[in-house]
Amino acid sequence: MAGLNLSAVSDDEDDADRDDRPVLSAAAVAAASRSTLRPPSLQTLLEDVPDSAAVPHTSSSGGDSEGKSKSADKSSRSRKLKHDVIEAVNELIQDINTCHEQIAEQAVEHIHQNEVILTLGSSRTVLEFLCAAKEKKRSFRVFVAEGAPRYQGHLLAKELVARGLQTTLITDSAVFAMISRVNMVIVGAHAVMANGGVIAPVGLNMVALAAQKHAVPFVVLAGSHKLCPLYPHNPEVLLNELRSPSELLDFGEFSDCMDFGSGNGAPLLHVVNPTFDYVPPKLVSLFITDTGGHNPSYMYRLIADYYSADDLVVQRRPTSGN
Amino acid sequence: MGAQKKGATARVSEDPEELARHPLQAILLADSFTTKFRPITLERPKVLLPLANIPMIDYTLAWLESAGVEEVFVFCCAHSKQVIDYLESSDWSSQPNFLVATIESHNSISAGDALRLIYERHVIHGDFVLISGDTVSNMSLTQALQEHKERRKKDANAIMTMVVKQSKPSPITQQSRLGTDELFMAINPDTKQLLCYEDKAEYSKGFISLDKTLIADNPSTVLHNDKQDCYIDICSEEVLSLFTDNFDYQHLRRHFVKGLLVDDIMGYKIFTHEIHSSYAARIDNFRSYDTISKDIIQRWTYPFVPDVLCGNSAIRVERRGTYRASEITLSRSAQIGPFIVIGQGTEIGNDTKISHSVIGEGCTIGSNVTIEGSYIWNNVTIEDGCELRHAIVCDGVTMKSGAVLEPGVVLSFKVVVGQQFVVPAYSMVSLLQQPTQQDSDEELEYADSSSGNVELPSKLNGDITSDLSETRHGPTSELGTGGVGYIWSIFEGGHDEEWRHSVAPIPTDKLAKIMLDKDEDEELLTQDGNVLSPSGELKSDSDANDSEDGDNEGSRDDYVSFEKEVEATFLRAVHENVKVDHVILEVNALRLSYNMASVDCAGAIFYSMMKLAVESPHSSSSELHRNAADVITTWQNLLKSFLHDIDEEIEVILKFEEICLESAKEFSPLFAQILHLLYDKDILEEDAILRWADEKEGADESDKVFVQRAEKFLQWLREAEEEED
Repeated sequence: MAGLNLSAVSDDEDDADRDDRPVLSAAAVAAASRSTLRPPSLQTLLEDVPDSAAVPHTSSSGGDSEGKSKSADKSSRSRKLKHDVIEAVNELIQDINTCHEQIAEQAVEHIHQNEVILTLGSSRTVLEFLCAAKEKKRSFRVFVAEGAPRYQGHLLAKELVARGLQTTLITDSAVFAMISRVNMVIVGAHAVMANGGVIAPVGLNMVALAAQKHAVPFVVLAGSHKLCPLYPHNPEVLLNELRSPSELLDFGEFSDCMDFGSGNGAPLLHVVNPTFDYVPPKLVSLFITDTGGHNPSYMYRLIADYYSADDLVVQRRPTSGN
Repeated sequence: MGAQKKGATARVSEDPEELARHPLQAILLADSFTTKFRPITLERPKVLLPLANIPMIDYTLAWLESAGVEEVFVFCCAHSKQVIDYLESSDWSSQPNFLVATIESHNSISAGDALRLIYERHVIHGDFVLISGDTVSNMSLTQALQEHKERRKKDANAIMTMVVKQSKPSPITQQSRLGTDELFMAINPDTKQLLCYEDKAEYSKGFISLDKTLIADNPSTVLHNDKQDCYIDICSEEVLSLFTDNFDYQHLRRHFVKGLLVDDIMGYKIFTHEIHSSYAARIDNFRSYDTISKDIIQRWTYPFVPDVLCGNSAIRVERRGTYRASEITLSRSAQIGPFIVIGQGTEIGNDTKISHSVIGEGCTIGSNVTIEGSYIWNNVTIEDGCELRHAIVCDGVTMKSGAVLEPGVVLSFKVVVGQQFVVPAYSMVSLLQQPTQQDSDEELEYADSSSGNVELPSKLNGDITSDLSETRHGPTSELGTGGVGYIWSIFEGGHDEEWRHSVAPIPTDKLAKIMLDKDEDEELLTQDGNVLSPSGELKSDSDANDSEDGDNEGSRDDYVSFEKEVEATFLRAVHENVKVDHVILEVNALRLSYNMASVDCAGAIFYSMMKLAVESPHSSSSELHRNAADVITTWQNLLKSFLHDIDEEIEVILKFEEICLESAKEFSPLFAQILHLLYDKDILEEDAILRWADEKEGADESDKVFVQRAEKFLQWLREAEEEED
């Protein structure tokens, strides 16, 4: 714990730290939020750390600080801190587990009788959302774009059929042709940016553009753990994860194209296999989160409820450095 | 990590007892027991060489960890201290649920020795993964392991599963991608049992031989030339004890695999597991180093790519596959091409052009430098105006301004290249003197006091190979003014072969040559690639293979050697007065063993007779005629016994023509006379001669020379015939 050093930096200078640390801080925040007025920070929580000399007191008039009782029993305080963090993490885990249900509860408000819904790839949230509408005796049809090159749409189609939904599987490239028959596009997301943009599985930007062209609502389902306090104006945030070309090509068949021994040693064949697309906020009609439906322009507010600016950068620094 | 845990728990639930007793183990050989990476490996072990700026062993360990292996025994021999130090200082020593233990040895000279030593330590319990530290893969072991275990349950002799991968069935791809020879494997398509493994094969001979019993025992066999050996093996404990029992096994493939395949007493079996979408390859030489580096940069090995392996945002991938570490100084006018890796703290000057290269950490690269397809390791200084094409430059090298590296150059640690000096193509340059040649094959990449030597090249020079150094130039002059290092001469394979294993692209003329060879072998290849059909046709098929081979190239050779044998037999008969009957028997035996027709026998005997006639002393053509007449009279019975029908007689005449044209030109004036003689002796029938003349009617002018020579005789024959009518 001592090695963890927290500092408040505005998110422009922010590293694209999209792993679990911001999530952790969100959890801690959620635990502490009851006793504070302004958005609390993980730092508030940690102010009671016994060796607090290592932690800079840069901001936040922590509500639950125990004042000047420095001589108080160290172990009891650290136990309380530990307890708080564990509780917060458990709460977060529970939140993540129940967010699908909470989102799915809203399904009937959005899916109407005899509608055609289009989705791409596979997302558990989308699956449960659609099934919830089905359980409420809504009858509707689903178009599933297969989501090349990982073809998770195939799995989704299988699941949907198993639950008795009328499903049509289409290729990704047929999306534009089919969109005019679609009433609503419902997709999942990998992350929701602070400006309301979405990092989503590859191919979704194309779907969003097609939906816009035909004025079809483009709805994104995202649990609140998918919210991300970063803005995409920093290009590094949008850096994609490039996966193995073997998802596109069979290496054995194409090994002669990757032949570096002949010619000038430069391969003529390049394969790019990005994992994500960035869908700008203006293409998104509605976000459905576990707290209800929101406009893209409102997302920054939602995120501010969960993240404190103080916690945005959690970096590992040498302890001596402070 | 997540995937790994899932895999592990899945297996636990399937087979809880077995797994509770034995965590999955792996043996990682951190020594390749070859010398292909010399001179670099004299100073640093191969597994610590950087591959896209990350030591090779990290790729292997990361893969093992992700594949669910829990205990890895790293066997170090050459430079063992360096390997151990590296592992201790790296994260690998402190991973939970992933134990990396080292086993050190100083006198192992082969993989066989290594495995024998590990057997003595009694550390392996149950199945293990055998891999060398230079293998890069992202395959999932779960399925292969499961197959292996199921087979083991059914058949205790199934002791090994070998991972193979499909590649293009073309020798040119094999050569140009990995620099390895073509590989033939015979696999039973139903059971996936490996039946035959031939690496560089008797391929030069144009055929490989399969044991007949092998074909008889297996209802179907597929002979593959499109499989690539990944050098990842899943072995059972018995493998180790087998190595101990057969103390002469050294090489894993050459001795162990082939030994098991040939040995049918113990009945041990090897199976294969083919991977399709995942990647696996072994760095065997500089060419595969180049290819695999590029595959990694193109992300075929995902998730084992530099940006993921380095962890938190130390390296980022940008557009067009540029991997950039965080703190690099790059001039605005520098042109950075696609697919390059630049390590931390590197400075690149104005107007420098870099493409398809890997540049390590802390390098200083000046202005107007051209770097193309090269691998530059850490802390290298390249001054202004240098040019590097397809070279490998190790740590601490300095290139003074204007120096040029031609394709295929390897500069080992801390070499200094002088100003304006051009290092010729395919040179190996090192501070260490080239060791005198030993038996190159099983030699170690081993120098006892590795790092100390680097500082003292002159001392080394003095005591080890003083004779050698005197005949060559001093270290300074060899690399231009101010240069330090020795240019090694090439022994292995000689100059013709140096392009094979180098990082430089294969020169076009060599490519054309491989292509040509390939075309010649095309027919054979397609035959070999065929699926041999089940049982009945099988034998005939393989026989047909042999005889067709004969038709193509073999037949000429076979016929020539047959002819020689016949001639030898005949001469012996002449000198030792062997009876004609015996000679006939002997020639018949030869005919059977060489699989020749009786037509060929007649031709060969006639040839031997004529040769005898020519070789016996003669001064004029009339004397030669007499000699020939003598020989023919003496041995007419022998010749007659092989002339059963008219075709064979015609063959003799044709043979005679050939002799006159090629081997013994002295006969050509005597053609008609000897023909007459043969007719007189009843060796040749009138019909045969006339038929020969008729056949020649339609031939070219040049072919008809002898017909014209014999015209008189022919006319006489025709007239005689008419008279009889």
